[in-house]
Amino acid sequence: MNGGHLAAVLTPLPVLAPMLAAAITLLAGRKPRLQRGIAVLALSVVLVVSAMLVYLADRNGTIALQVGGWGPTEPGMGPLGITLVVDRLSALMLVVSSIVLLAVVFYAIGQGIRDGDGRQPVSIFLPTYLVLSAGVFMAFLAGDLFNLFVGFEVLLNASFVLLTIGASRERVRAGISYVMVSMVSSLVFLFGIALVYATTGTLNMAELSVRLGGVSEGTRTALFAVLLVAFGIKAAVFPLSTWLPDSYPTAPAPVTAVFAGLLTKVGVYAIIRAHSLLFPGGALDDLLLVAGLATMVMGILGAIAQSDIKRLLSFTLVSHIGYMVFGIALSSQLGMSGAIYYVAHHILVQTTLFLVVGMIERQAGASTLERLGGLAAVSPVLAFVFVVPALNLGGIPPFSGFIGKVALLEAGAQSGSVLAWALVGGSVVTSLLTLYVVARVWTKAFWRSREDAPEGHLSGGAPTALVDYAEDDADIEFVDRDDVGRMPIGMLVPTAALIAVGLALTVAAGPIFAYSERAAAEVLDRGQYITAVLGGGHP
Amino acid sequence: MNLVALLIIGGLTTAGVYLLLERHLTRMLLGLLLIGNAINLLILSVGGPAGNPPVRGRTSGDDTTTADPLAQGLILTAIVITMGVAAFVLALTYRSYRLNTREEVSNDPEDIRVSQQSGTEVGEALEGRLEPDRTRDTDLPDELDALPGHEGSR
Repeated sequence: MNGGHLAAVLTPLPVLAPMLAAAITLLAGRKPRLQRGIAVLALSVVLVVSAMLVYLADRNGTIALQVGGWGPTEPGMGPLGITLVVDRLSALMLVVSSIVLLAVVFYAIGQGIRDGDGRQPVSIFLPTYLVLSAGVFMAFLAGDLFNLFVGFEVLLNASFVLLTIGASRERVRAGISYVMVSMVSSLVFLFGIALVYATTGTLNMAELSVRLGGVSEGTRTALFAVLLVAFGIKAAVFPLSTWLPDSYPTAPAPVTAVFAGLLTKVGVYAIIRAHSLLFPGGALDDLLLVAGLATMVMGILGAIAQSDIKRLLSFTLVSHIGYMVFGIALSSQLGMSGAIYYVAHHILVQTTLFLVVGMIERQAGASTLERLGGLAAVSPVLAFVFVVPALNLGGIPPFSGFIGKVALLEAGAQSGSVLAWALVGGSVVTSLLTLYVVARVWTKAFWRSREDAPEGHLSGGAPTALVDYAEDDADIEFVDRDDVGRMPIGMLVPTAALIAVGLALTVAAGPIFAYSERAAAEVLDRGQYITAVLGGGHP
Repeated sequence: MNLVALLIIGGLTTAGVYLLLERHLTRMLLGLLLIGNAINLLILSVGGPAGNPPVRGRTSGDDTTTADPLAQGLILTAIVITMGVAAFVLALTYRSYRLNTREEVSNDPEDIRVSQQSGTEVGEALEGRLEPDRTRDTDLPDELDALPGHEGSR
């Protein structure tokens, strides 16, 4: 019982701590040190809390908290007020995202201390970043659809500000299309919420999953399709993915890293919940499988055509969302656990790679392959921190990317349908092409000498932390560029730490995969979730 | 559900989608707002018929049922969110106008560059590029000057 009280105290903290910290850091806008301290403290608290929640959820099963404690209105009715739910899946997502958010805040602070100057709007950066964190955590904890919507909105609004920070020409252009696409997806989601409410009269997810059972098949599929479009835009599933490579690369490196790691995965998480909790039975599985295949192939083909590393990575990000959709759409326990493991792996590896690109940009003055060269000789450390996550992304055996892909391939083979086999083939091809893409970055940016690059003599201006004044100081000759000095330790250490966590997914693959299998079983079972929220006596 | 509400919802959504497909930012924003309002109306009408206020002991007219407070709560939240986003989009639009002297959504220059690699559609792709008109002063009011009686102000 003691564990229950502890869980009730811990559950709201991942939302409350960053929100409170955001308010305080906003007030402390003129005291950068205090600001940084509070931001780091809040995110560290969340990390510790989510680690404890993982333990509690794994030991005691699903934790549900009725905020306000109003209790049910009458027997058989759902709870009033906001429900927060922690099961193994959301606890895992909480832990992984708090690790990433903490590492990136250290990276951003390190970069800001070295390269920031009086013009940087850092007083806005940290509060917004904390609001974004709160939104992400709220989405993972949400126990009803509308709260999930609010979580999405909180993180989206914060992401609008972060994406357009400094408001340079390029960022405003990218920001506009990002804001418009995100708003359309939110409106579609809200539309879906209205329809769900019209059909069932509730928005509590546990209650929905009971009541939707009595709704006719056609209506259920229609509702699922509306929600799937909304989540598909957020998760960047193929026909709805074109906004992503357009908007992410222009943001500052730490911002892109967090967006790439977390925002699309929140969409994937929502798809998992909708697919297994609200609409089990796999009505749209074939559609999802086809979308997954298209996402993989189109994404990676797009990546091959790119020469800017940030854009190239954005395309691989889209491509690898396909793997998660594949795992979800198989509707089997192995597929789901593969998808869950893959989400954790992909959050870590994608964030790390974008952080590394931030360092490449700082050290070499460019992120496009037309201009880069000779980095392996200039900075072996940079080469090392690039190559480990890059091979991991490509799915080379000892790394976690390989383990996740093997699980997914196994699940696909187990399913045995023609479509599943097509996906298995597509996954292998995509994996090889990913390897080709990162190898291309490696040979061009790291191995050849800078003289061999077509525009190797040019470079961007001096490094700046958050704002790029590309209009003021356009391209300059590389030889004229100011010496940027060694890589800031404050940027290198968080990146190395994320690589280490990524490797831990390999070292501790046994326990972690076992955990994701338990999480998948819990997600597919639904009973635990429903009982935890509604109490006993429900089917 | 009553038909008039449904027709209004449909009409607003249609107009909103039409506006959203434009390249002018203000029109896109208006489109978003129209769709947002349509969805708010939808939530209101799925919340059931009008009735007594959901407060104990209060009645309104001779209604026998209680109105659904949840739907109205949802709408209130949605309105606040839409308003915040609208303010942000307006700020962004103004910034874009200051930078480009136009308030249109432009194509991604990197996209254009990549499509040029294949050697096709160069002319078409270049059309999407926005070059700022540096002769214009964006601090001046724009179309208001064209109103009758203001001809001499420029």
